[in-house]
Amino acid sequence: MTTHSTNSDLYFATARELRSKFDGREFSSVEATRAILDRISTLEPSLNTFITVTPERALKDAEAADRRLQGSGQEAGPLTGVPIMIKDNFSTKDVETTAASNILKGYIPPYDGTAVRLLKEAGAVILGKGNLDEFAMGSSNESSAFGPVHNPWDTDRVPGGSSGGAAAAVAAGECFIAFGSDTGGSIRQPASLCGVVGMKPTYGLVSRFGLLAFGSSLDQIGPLTRSVADCADALNVISKHDRRDSTSVKAPFDDFAQDINAGVAGMNIGVPKEYLVDGMESGVRSAFEASLKTLEDLGANISETSLPLTDHALAVYYIIAPSEASANLSRYDGVKYGLGTLDADTSAQATEIARGEGFGDEVKRRIFLGTYALSAGYYDAYYKKAQQVRTLIRREFTDAFLKFDALVTPTSPGVAFKLGEKMDDPFQMYMNDVCTIPVNIAGLPSISVPGGISEDLPVGLQFIGPQFGDTTVIRAAAAYEQATNWHQKHPLI
Amino acid sequence: MDPLTPKDVEHIAQLAYIKLSDEESEDMRVQLTNILGHFASLSAVDTEGVEPTGHTTDSNTVMRKDEPLPPLDQDDVLRNAPDRDGEFVRVRPVLE
Repeated sequence: MTTHSTNSDLYFATARELRSKFDGREFSSVEATRAILDRISTLEPSLNTFITVTPERALKDAEAADRRLQGSGQEAGPLTGVPIMIKDNFSTKDVETTAASNILKGYIPPYDGTAVRLLKEAGAVILGKGNLDEFAMGSSNESSAFGPVHNPWDTDRVPGGSSGGAAAAVAAGECFIAFGSDTGGSIRQPASLCGVVGMKPTYGLVSRFGLLAFGSSLDQIGPLTRSVADCADALNVISKHDRRDSTSVKAPFDDFAQDINAGVAGMNIGVPKEYLVDGMESGVRSAFEASLKTLEDLGANISETSLPLTDHALAVYYIIAPSEASANLSRYDGVKYGLGTLDADTSAQATEIARGEGFGDEVKRRIFLGTYALSAGYYDAYYKKAQQVRTLIRREFTDAFLKFDALVTPTSPGVAFKLGEKMDDPFQMYMNDVCTIPVNIAGLPSISVPGGISEDLPVGLQFIGPQFGDTTVIRAAAAYEQATNWHQKHPLI
Repeated sequence: MDPLTPKDVEHIAQLAYIKLSDEESEDMRVQLTNILGHFASLSAVDTEGVEPTGHTTDSNTVMRKDEPLPPLDQDDVLRNAPDRDGEFVRVRPVLE
């Protein structure tokens, strides 16, 4: 652990590789955690991926993990002793949780969310809380009240969002696995822009209890990792029925890693042509075409298909998500927690002031949009209409999966863009998620894997599966990963 | 669609309990009008007789036994209140 090259092997190791180093007594979890904490100190001034780092807690977790790895107490699992980051919209008991908003600065949750509890029980080492777009609303991480995250591939560029801190930290070797949330692409799009693996599981697979709610019918927790196998292992830990989330499914859960070596030979994979949108960068398009060739060489049957309602998905999403957000965020009233003011004559005024000062521009915009869409006289034209089109989009996917085992698309129409480039036009910013949003509308599983390089920046490849076809998308992604070396490319940082 | 008026924005601000400056209100009016304009295409989709989708899992009302569990620690909860008096949260007058 003394030479630079050994450390760099450690920073960019997969969680599975790290675990085998623990088993081979090459490193202890405490040593690995110390090395990563040092790297975080070195890189944070230029990346800003963490809102809160908790070194003392992490080292205590690592000591406990080392005892477990040495055979005392509970059996060790794939995440035992592995340093991880948690996005700062997950409730963590006794550790500040801000959702990157001024309205929650200083908020100390009295409980752990379910995913956090399961990760602690698995013996993972929590390094701290990841930066994000405020309340996970954004595609560039620029709406954070704690400043933007910088992409480790080029620090003048955004990491994507909203799980920008998570994706950038995994790409830069500041953690081995990060956990994010995905409402319209918030795991997959930053994973694509930072060159890592990111997965949004089927809606209902992972409990949302303790995830600060944004769009409750769309939100889903998932992992960001440096390999598909790590993603499957991480999903195995966090997917469990939870009585505290009434949308948490009871279905028996697969071992999500069971098919990672099964390949794609004979698999029918559809390419929905509407995802190759106007304005897609040519470098992204050619990387995608090369990826299709790779899948074909592996024996997959690739054919074009059409999902015509895709063109309406963005409108459906930007009505439903803000509507749900406007209801969910009404809890931030400046009374029970977060920013409050005593400088008001009435309780209602105090709330208006706290919310006016506490929320940033994008969050206000979405609350206004949602409030409008739900208000008397507009409900049928916007919210109900969007929910009806949602039904039709789901049907279109259901029909497609009668023919195909999975669909494949680019994850994002472009590579990482410059900080500030799209901040003046909210709708241009929304277009970043055009390939990821339909998946959340239909509640489907989807994974983004490194799928090429364009202009020296990573390009992502997205697989979409039928509801509860999580194992299928992991299988396809793993086959693609094994046949390419994009996942082995790391930023020079 | 017609552009939103300043009165529309004021009405939404009241419903949403968010105080905006005059400048913010005008920016909001322009941006919301622009974004809503992009949604107009939805009206072209035929949704006659289509049931709306609220969420994508097919379970509806989920019942469970009403079993008492250990509650949250009162101090852990109350420490987050901006204004607290013992075991109470203080608020400004509710009635004007």
